[in-house]
Amino acid sequence: MALQAIAFYLMAAVTLASGVAVVSAKNPVHSVLFLIASFFSAAGLFVLLGAEFLAMLLVVVYVGAVAVLFLFVVMMLDVDFAQLRQGFARYMPLGGLIAGGLAIEMVVVSTTVATNGAARLNDTPMAQGKDSLAGVSNAEAIGRVLYTNYVYFFQAAGMVLLVAMIGAIVLTLRHKPGVKRQIIMDQVLRTPATGMTMVSPKPGEGIDI
Amino acid sequence: MSPAVINSDSPVIWTLLTVGQILLVTVVLLLTLAIFLIYGDRKIFAAVQMRRGPNVVGPFGLLQSFADLGKFLIKELVIPAGADKFVFLLAPMISVTLALGSWAAMPLAPGWVVSNINVGILYLFAVSSLGVYGIIMGGWASNSKYPFLGALRSAAQMVSYEVSIGFVIITVILLSGSLNLTRIIELQAGGFWHWNILGGAGLQNLPLALVMIPMGVIFFISGLAETNRPPFDLPEAESELVAGYAIEYGSTPYLLFYLAEMSNILLMSGLMAVLFLGGWQAPFPTATLTAHWAPTAVSLFGFMWLYLKSLFVFFMNAMVRAVVPRYRYDQLMRLGWKVFLPTSLVAVAIVAGWRVYAPVMG
Repeated sequence: MALQAIAFYLMAAVTLASGVAVVSAKNPVHSVLFLIASFFSAAGLFVLLGAEFLAMLLVVVYVGAVAVLFLFVVMMLDVDFAQLRQGFARYMPLGGLIAGGLAIEMVVVSTTVATNGAARLNDTPMAQGKDSLAGVSNAEAIGRVLYTNYVYFFQAAGMVLLVAMIGAIVLTLRHKPGVKRQIIMDQVLRTPATGMTMVSPKPGEGIDI
Repeated sequence: MSPAVINSDSPVIWTLLTVGQILLVTVVLLLTLAIFLIYGDRKIFAAVQMRRGPNVVGPFGLLQSFADLGKFLIKELVIPAGADKFVFLLAPMISVTLALGSWAAMPLAPGWVVSNINVGILYLFAVSSLGVYGIIMGGWASNSKYPFLGALRSAAQMVSYEVSIGFVIITVILLSGSLNLTRIIELQAGGFWHWNILGGAGLQNLPLALVMIPMGVIFFISGLAETNRPPFDLPEAESELVAGYAIEYGSTPYLLFYLAEMSNILLMSGLMAVLFLGGWQAPFPTATLTAHWAPTAVSLFGFMWLYLKSLFVFFMNAMVRAVVPRYRYDQLMRLGWKVFLPTSLVAVAIVAGWRVYAPVMG
């Protein structure tokens, strides 16, 4: 178990250190890279907890997709650091307040869990009796809970994401008039009959198209 | 190689064993294989173009890749003046670490797997989706126009094709009912008609071949895009971007990028073999044949099949490189988002429906 302890402290330290580095790094691209390191070591912590499915999802979704887009955007933007730091003193109290509030919340939740144990599912009807989750892999366990007890929440979350996606597309979709677009179907369906005409101009005359 | 041979109660011994296995798989097996595959790739490319290919160093040019390796290693390492030195050097290291790390969950033969994790396929998917970071970071840290453009292209390209790879993998997971790669292979035992590309689980699932064969093709093509192989090598398209993200790299860092790319290609070939072509299962029923064999012989027999299948997929890979011209960028995006994504999404729905409603499935 010493190995697990070493792994835990190592990954926890990396998570925290890169979390601090995210906000303190001078270069925004470095910030994003530290954010990725922190996601990654958080995934490692999940593995230590035995939640390997969640860990992999964290890596696939956050590190593999979301953070890539972050990095993409941050690299493209030309961020002016001087301007960015101007309002530091002004927003400091508000930011500190929010951070303090979050910290207190986390301490309260973790102490409650440590003393009283985590909230259990046993009160819900499906989890009682024979449908015990003991002895199944955690992908299966999550699936069983997600598609039974929480199926409405799950679908509602899917709906929210769908609406958000459609909203983003609607907001950014612009049809510029006069832009030539490639229509693959038209190209594929072109035949010699529709694509060309035979003309036989007389010598010394051109043709009108 | 199997952890069961030595009683591994002590964590120290366990760690040493695991590290030993990882070194065995990555350094000995993978790097040698990658080096010879580079040679094979060049030979196939040359044969298609009616050239001889590498034929000077060693018999038939077999040692050409080793000569290249030595040359890379002794060249001077040049870091551009405006480069972000740390990220510049970190990028190839990340690439090669991820490329070799992904082999940890790859089952090579019965009982031959470094880490038989329950979410093996997700692990491979996750690690291969991280491969883009090496390229993005390298392109950005070079502080130069062409590498940056290459990095942006590769970011968009790899993220796009990951989506369809994900859906294709889901169809395989639906057929097998497991995220464990070893389990996925075991379920394909008993001859080629049990392979996932023909619907898995024997002849009763044969109608699903109509869905799974296109899925296999999509996986193969997406794998090409994911590993930046021609015809999708836009991040390093020499006619537009000189060498893309790798322009400023030379010497050992470039070697690392190259090895990572080769190892990823090999991984994609292996994954194709595992997910669709039955992994280490022979294309005929082997239960009676191998019943009295020693476990090591069975493992070697299985490894041979996986090896042959992976080589076959790799050969296809090399042929595509030699035969097909490079895609245009907007066509690449169209293929990923407008063709592969809807097709694989429909396939997921069909396979899921089959799993629920097909009368014969157990």
